[in-house]
Amino acid sequence: MTPLMKTLDSMVPSGPLPQKWERHRLTLKPVAPADRRTYRVIVVGTGLAGASAAATLAESGFSVECFCYQDSARRAHSIAAQGGINAAKNYPKDGDSVERLFADTIKGGDFRSREANVYRLAEVSNAIIDQCVAQGVPFAREYDGYLANRSFGGAKVSRTFYCRGQTGQQLLLGAYQSLMRQVHAGQAAVHARAEMLDLIVVDGRAQGIIVRDLVSGAVTPHAADAVILATGGYSTLFYLSTNAKGCNVTATYRAYKRGAYFANPCLTQIHPTCIPPHGGGQSKLTLMSESLRNDGRVWVPTQPRDMRPPRDIPQAERDYFLERKYPSYGNLAPRDISSRSAKEVCDAGHGVGPGGLGVYLDLSDAIARLGKPVIRERYGNLFQMYEQITGENAYDSPMRIYPAPHYTMGGLWVDYNLMSTIPGLFVIGEANFSDHGANRLGASALMQGLADGYFIVPFTVADYLAGVSPGHGRADARHSALAGVRRSCVADAPEFAEAAGGVEARVKRLLGVRGKKSADAFHRELGRLMWDACGMSRSAEGLTRALARIPALREEFWDDVNVPGEERDFNQALEHAGRVADFLEFAELVCRDALHREESCGGHFRVEHQTPDGEAKRDDERFCYVAAWEHQGEGKPPLLHKEPLVFEHIPLAQRSYK
Amino acid sequence: MRWYRSSIGKKVLMAASGLVLLGFVAMHLLGNLLIYQGPDALNAYAKKLRDLGLLLWAARGGLLVALVVHVWTSIALSLENRRARPQRYAVQRTRETTIAARSMLVSGVMVTAYLVYHLLHFTFRVTNPDISHAMDRFGHPDVYAMVVLSFQQPAISIAYIIGMAAVCLHLSHGIGSACQSLGLNDERTIPAVAFIGRLIAVVLFIGYTAIPLSVLAGLVTIRGTLP
Amino acid sequence: MKLTLRLWRQRSARDTGRFEQYQVADISPDMSFLEMLDSLNEQLCAERKEPVAFDHDCREGICGMCSLVINGLAHGSDRGVAACQLHMRRFKDGDMITIEPWRAKAFPIIKDLVVDRSAFDRIIQAGGYVSVDTGDAPEANTVPVPKPAAETAMDAAACIGCGACVAACPNASAMLFVAAKVSHLAKLPQGQEERRRRVRSMVEAMDREGFGNCTNHFECMAACPKSIHVTFIARLNREYLKASTRRSSEDIH
Repeated sequence: MTPLMKTLDSMVPSGPLPQKWERHRLTLKPVAPADRRTYRVIVVGTGLAGASAAATLAESGFSVECFCYQDSARRAHSIAAQGGINAAKNYPKDGDSVERLFADTIKGGDFRSREANVYRLAEVSNAIIDQCVAQGVPFAREYDGYLANRSFGGAKVSRTFYCRGQTGQQLLLGAYQSLMRQVHAGQAAVHARAEMLDLIVVDGRAQGIIVRDLVSGAVTPHAADAVILATGGYSTLFYLSTNAKGCNVTATYRAYKRGAYFANPCLTQIHPTCIPPHGGGQSKLTLMSESLRNDGRVWVPTQPRDMRPPRDIPQAERDYFLERKYPSYGNLAPRDISSRSAKEVCDAGHGVGPGGLGVYLDLSDAIARLGKPVIRERYGNLFQMYEQITGENAYDSPMRIYPAPHYTMGGLWVDYNLMSTIPGLFVIGEANFSDHGANRLGASALMQGLADGYFIVPFTVADYLAGVSPGHGRADARHSALAGVRRSCVADAPEFAEAAGGVEARVKRLLGVRGKKSADAFHRELGRLMWDACGMSRSAEGLTRALARIPALREEFWDDVNVPGEERDFNQALEHAGRVADFLEFAELVCRDALHREESCGGHFRVEHQTPDGEAKRDDERFCYVAAWEHQGEGKPPLLHKEPLVFEHIPLAQRSYK
Repeated sequence: MRWYRSSIGKKVLMAASGLVLLGFVAMHLLGNLLIYQGPDALNAYAKKLRDLGLLLWAARGGLLVALVVHVWTSIALSLENRRARPQRYAVQRTRETTIAARSMLVSGVMVTAYLVYHLLHFTFRVTNPDISHAMDRFGHPDVYAMVVLSFQQPAISIAYIIGMAAVCLHLSHGIGSACQSLGLNDERTIPAVAFIGRLIAVVLFIGYTAIPLSVLAGLVTIRGTLP
Repeated sequence: MKLTLRLWRQRSARDTGRFEQYQVADISPDMSFLEMLDSLNEQLCAERKEPVAFDHDCREGICGMCSLVINGLAHGSDRGVAACQLHMRRFKDGDMITIEPWRAKAFPIIKDLVVDRSAFDRIIQAGGYVSVDTGDAPEANTVPVPKPAAETAMDAAACIGCGACVAACPNASAMLFVAAKVSHLAKLPQGQEERRRRVRSMVEAMDREGFGNCTNHFECMAACPKSIHVTFIARLNREYLKASTRRSSEDIH
């Protein structure tokens, strides 16, 4: 019998949109305070979403165990977010409101996100700022001592709060410090340098994870009553991206293989303002904050392959293509549009710098208008970073920028409660698919991570736990770092041993190939393949070719990869090889999703589906849904499930930033 | 934990005791400079000090306590610092620190050695008994003659100049460092404090070494200063 | 470029460790320092030797993971950047580069160039936070913060916790790290309630971990990838003295 496609129930509560969350919260069952300690919750990942969820759950009395692959919870990649965090505070009195933030986010996401979730996000955005200020996050302030705001890509109001160029780091430190407070209080434990390599599902519920200690190499099961994945995005699928080297899809992909549906994997964001690649040996791309677009103008020479230095190109021979094409938003056009426009002009031969992969981001008008000191105060650290990387002084000649993979809107499918299709498995932050649709607006990733972690998942997890008895997850006291947490018995369900055995066998297999190519070489090749076939523009032909190539590359990997070192040791090559192995499977899912979505929306641009003037053409008739893929077993194609998207408040409309 | 046993506490004690000792060094120089007013002025000053009696001993006791605290904290901190880096770097370069800062322990040991010699020489008068027991015309110990006759011997002068160089080196880091340890710095004052610290060290060095140099140059003789 | 690398290799915390020399070729001046190490590792991998373990993650100077002492300087010769932002154009063809891990008793070596910096987490656990539960916060603009105070707090908060201050300090002292967090929170109205208790317990935790003492060499500031100023150490001393010598209402509970 062929499995049937299901229509997914997002569990969105009924009632008017503005009251859904408030009302729903009242229906969520709490756990009696005295009982909370007996429940153990595992949180994987300690970025904004993970750290904030862990701290909040621990504060309310649950026993929390966190895991991160970095050497400290403070290093998760949320730290790299430069620009800011949105909130509908309307401090500058420019007409902002929860409704407007909600509408901008829905529209920015090109109508591929769930209205109720996005509304809730806009609604709790203000509480995030309150919380972070109370934690001592040093937001920028005006001379009157009140919080400062700036405008950010894709928004016409000033609603972005920021801490110089370090907003992500400061918000993360706030959450990390709250988590450290709970560690001190004995409510939470952090296992650093520990990587989740599998999910344990017993009786249809997520009841634990398998972890490899990255220092000793030991593989151990950890049981819990609920598991929260906050493991971020998978932009490193493209090898070169703005993400940290360690970012990976392993945790969410393993959960997918255990039965969680993966939603919209092809919806990835290519960020327009990155430092262009230099070529040989490049390991990552560096983002320049989008805030530069507030004062910078983007242009290329009108002459293709114009090799003159930028200063020698007269105004008449410059094409300010964003201003030309989108007069209303100009240089502040949303990321997907800006990136694609840059690619178009480069493809047409107007690109500047090595390999013609670059466009100018020119702040000279702003420097002339405001003076160097003002520009230095605003962007000094970015100019310094640019010079460090390129060896060029951006005060004297314009910066060169080029788009780079930056964020993944796709992720594990979750319902309104942020629970995946596996009961007890919650997914928050970038790891889920929920709030950004087909394109994320600037300064909203931090907002979503903290909204999920501080203000949503603590309630919904508690509600879930209220329905299960503690210790149901047959935990193992041996591995609990929390003193005093009594578990009923050692992990004796066969699923624990089976999962741990599977992980060990895979580790042995990776080490046993002893081929000739490094995992990094395979990763590079896969990345190039994905960038070409499934990057800024996608075609049925390219995707079909990639879908044929990926399994072959995967086979090659398992035949010829060379993973040096030992199993029971600190072995970075082994860590990386395991992540690449998962990418080699996951890439297929991404291409399959991209191929099936025969429309263009947000970051997903299918060349077959564009308007006569080259804009993305959505197909709301056929594709106004979330595509959630179910794993059907090795070698079998995944099964597509659909969650229809209904837009009751913001009427479906073609986006226009013109 | 008692605050003074903490790392910062020990640094504070070291800074405070150091400043007490600095105060002594500065006062001592003011007294010494009376040598330029001739034998009577200096010897009268010496007598006045001795006549203080109990008060003198109290001051000496205070200085001794400061010295002990200073030496004890320096030993404790040095040992802790050594333990904090059991394996040294094969290559280590520095960017901000100074020779004075790097050699605090060496200069400190030199200052201590010099101090012992100085006490044996002028206070307990055991190293050169031949010249240190004279009396002046009022029947007071002739400090002036003792100083001049001593410094007329180049070896003694050189020993004093070397000793003072160590003091100067020690203070050129020590004064600024003490202010930092006591938390007296802010962004604006830090360069000024470091500069003033070095200036004081140099002024003290010049003041102190001027005396043996003047004696050696014949500007100060047993009969008094040349006009 | 061709370079000779003199690298610290150490199998584990128990191993004694030694330097080993490697040659790398075809290094482009546009490569970052870590990309140069990647290329060494690719080469070692091809020769079936074990790659060099080194910590890295974001590679854009903000996560604080990378931790290399390059030719005797923590994070290398460029001021105000982490090792991951150091580019090979700072070196000449034929150079010999010595690379060592952070060396401090409180940062035991895990393998090769990788050290354990969990001591920093324990210092933060001791009090490097404001005790406010989620949902308890008042409206954000209830308490204005004077811009200069907010700016100074941000200067201090910029610390990325990499440990270069400890690595560069002749005494392996963690004062700049502790000073940055204490100053950040002491400068803001939100940090006042726990101000005294915080500084006392953080300094106590710092001492427990076996870091050395500050003797005001200011090498930490030179090595800090965020150029955090040593005046914060003076502020820490001041905060600690005040907190230790005066009793306050915080001591009651």
